[in-house]
Amino acid sequence: MSTSESDRERDSERNFGDYGGQYVPEALMPALQELEDAYERYVLTNEDGFMDEFRDRMRDFGGRPTPLQRADRLSERYDREVYLKREDLVHGGAHKLNNALGQVLLAKYMGKERIIAETGAGQHGTATAMAAAHLDVPCEIYMGRTDINRQRPNVYRMRMNGAEVNPVTAGSGTLKEAINETLRDWATTVETTHYVIGSVVGPHPFPKLVRDFQSVIGREAREQIREKAGRLPDSVVACAGGGSNTMGAFHEFVPDEGVDLVAVEAGGSSLEIDEENALAPNSATLSTGTDGVLHGAMTKLLQSGDGQIVESHSVSAGLDYAGVGPELAHLVETGRVKPVSVDDDAALNGFHRLSNLEGIIPALESSHALGYLEEAHDELGEIVVVTVSGRGDKDLETVLEETEKRDLEAAPNVEVFDS
Amino acid sequence: MSGEDRRPPGGEPRNDERGATRPASGDEVTTDSDVEAAIRENHPALISYITAGDPSLEETKAYVEALDRGGADLIELGLPFSEPIAEGPTIQAAINRALDAGTTPRGFFELVDELETEAPLLVMTYYNMILQYGNTEAPRASEEASGARRERSEGLDDANGEAVSGQRPRAKPDVRPFVERAAETGLSGIIVPDLPAEEADPLREACDDHGLDLVFIVAPTTEGDRLETIMSQVSGFAYVQARLGTTGARADVSSATHRSLARLSEYDVPKAVGFGVSEGDHAAEIIEAGADGVIVGSALVDIIAEHSAAGSGTESQNIAQHGADGNTPAAADLEAKARELKRGARRGAGAEDAPEPEHQ
Repeated sequence: MSTSESDRERDSERNFGDYGGQYVPEALMPALQELEDAYERYVLTNEDGFMDEFRDRMRDFGGRPTPLQRADRLSERYDREVYLKREDLVHGGAHKLNNALGQVLLAKYMGKERIIAETGAGQHGTATAMAAAHLDVPCEIYMGRTDINRQRPNVYRMRMNGAEVNPVTAGSGTLKEAINETLRDWATTVETTHYVIGSVVGPHPFPKLVRDFQSVIGREAREQIREKAGRLPDSVVACAGGGSNTMGAFHEFVPDEGVDLVAVEAGGSSLEIDEENALAPNSATLSTGTDGVLHGAMTKLLQSGDGQIVESHSVSAGLDYAGVGPELAHLVETGRVKPVSVDDDAALNGFHRLSNLEGIIPALESSHALGYLEEAHDELGEIVVVTVSGRGDKDLETVLEETEKRDLEAAPNVEVFDS
Repeated sequence: MSGEDRRPPGGEPRNDERGATRPASGDEVTTDSDVEAAIRENHPALISYITAGDPSLEETKAYVEALDRGGADLIELGLPFSEPIAEGPTIQAAINRALDAGTTPRGFFELVDELETEAPLLVMTYYNMILQYGNTEAPRASEEASGARRERSEGLDDANGEAVSGQRPRAKPDVRPFVERAAETGLSGIIVPDLPAEEADPLREACDDHGLDLVFIVAPTTEGDRLETIMSQVSGFAYVQARLGTTGARADVSSATHRSLARLSEYDVPKAVGFGVSEGDHAAEIIEAGADGVIVGSALVDIIAEHSAAGSGTESQNIAQHGADGNTPAAADLEAKARELKRGARRGAGAEDAPEPEHQ
């Protein structure tokens, strides 16, 4: 079949090189077209002042702009200028609100009556519940049963904000099952409901839409570093799960060829895949994944030889996903973004080190970027920007548990507890 | 074509006399599509779905034969994928049982190769399964050749236990090895619930080259230009999704079904309705509303689930329970259900007193 000129044009928009696209059931296609239309009108051309309202709300409700802080002890330790982009200071404690508030507001502009979202660790779920409460839209969050049991405080936060939390019992009861179930809901309720996807994943236009809402991270950081250091950084380092924090931090820097972009993935406990049990003891999709289709997009995946999606793992629940955003996969494929990974131990040390040296408790997700800084600072140039994607209070229980099992150099002595 | 076994002898690929382009809507009375012929000749048609490997490939063989005997005019076989986003709880559970039993594409194709049915067979699976087939470092294509080789349908890895993905980049995914193998085993068509028309070019071209139909789904939300586009690409039949949401047996026929059939009435391609059809009376109502066929999945999968609920679903246990000779209670119930549905469909077409369809 020959495709017409306009089809080809749309193709190039739907994809990032070999990645992206819209691999979803037919029932969802009209909704994606409606969303594309809304994205072009409200986000790209600021129709009805949408972007103005979004920025105002992110300022007053969300607490933007966030600081770019010079980390004095880290700079001394690594003998270079280290700056931290403080997304941990966004309302709710992570960068997730940038996207959640943007999409809930967009849904209102589109006249949608109901919001649904998936969540893994609960960060995107809590951000969406906060945004929905703030904008007064009914909201339901799908969350795997395993995750609900692991993240009780986050579940309660969502309930306090008035969101329904729907347990998903299928499979291993984690993020990918929650996404499956949210897609099923959407296929049923598509005419009245908007699906607030939590990362730069999913079918077009989600990867672009989420990237654009998150790109405020890099836009601010780029201005702030010029102001503070008088020039662009040599490298920007950000942790990567699905990739919303990564794309948010990198997007504005992509045209700056002198700036190295480093995506730090969760190496978990090993980079191997155990095919027999369909397990990957890591979430290093960009480094070790292979091309395939998951959750509506052609991207890099952790999968078996037959194409079954394997269970990923990371000590950090927010990085624990077998896929990754298609645009990020493309930027890795073209060499613009360098994918690296650090293991659970390095992340736990990073978590303790930033807490101890700088008085900032980072999320376990962000701790991967800090773990990489410790391991490879020599390769990062004179000026380094590291994104602290969220705060780590949510992770203290996990960290206590994991630290007891290990001999971590950066962990404090906790003899203060009765043993 | 007549109602004889339409499968090519010896599993040879069928000759494809069809060019790469098809008429948008045919005035043609004859067709070189097995799938379309099966619907037109057995009008009103019963199209059945079960998940291959639930609870084992061996039992699937018996179930397919039972459906064939019961009057199913087309049989869809689900090739299980770990993330079945278009399925409701019933088929999700079947897919999980099939995966737990170690069902692989290789085992699936071996089963299809062995099957001899009067009804043409289609595979229903998700796009990633099609993309990855034959696309591993191990030269699996050569292992596909018949002869002595390890049985892989137990979910075991290569003899050395080495991981075949994740360590080194593989070749780019490609749909052709899957389509070639599908044609070789005598499959007549492919249905991919997560592949909309916009993304279907590579698969459609491969299917055209190998004489397979690529069946598209028309949803209640499909209207205007999108409907035009899809209907211009239909081969075999248009899969009319009766309602929004996922697969699953329901207690009634959705009003969206009637609206969809009305929207499609001007197109001269067979239209079959699925998503929620579970009883003979549903079949009658749908055929009466103008459909050429009904598609039934979850109601059949429910029967299989009931019969394997007692065991944990492992092959050996099930064989111990029922024997492996195909005379399982589930097979008898499936055959009876197919008869009920086929009768319902014929009632809807005004053939109240029609004799049972004669199958061998």
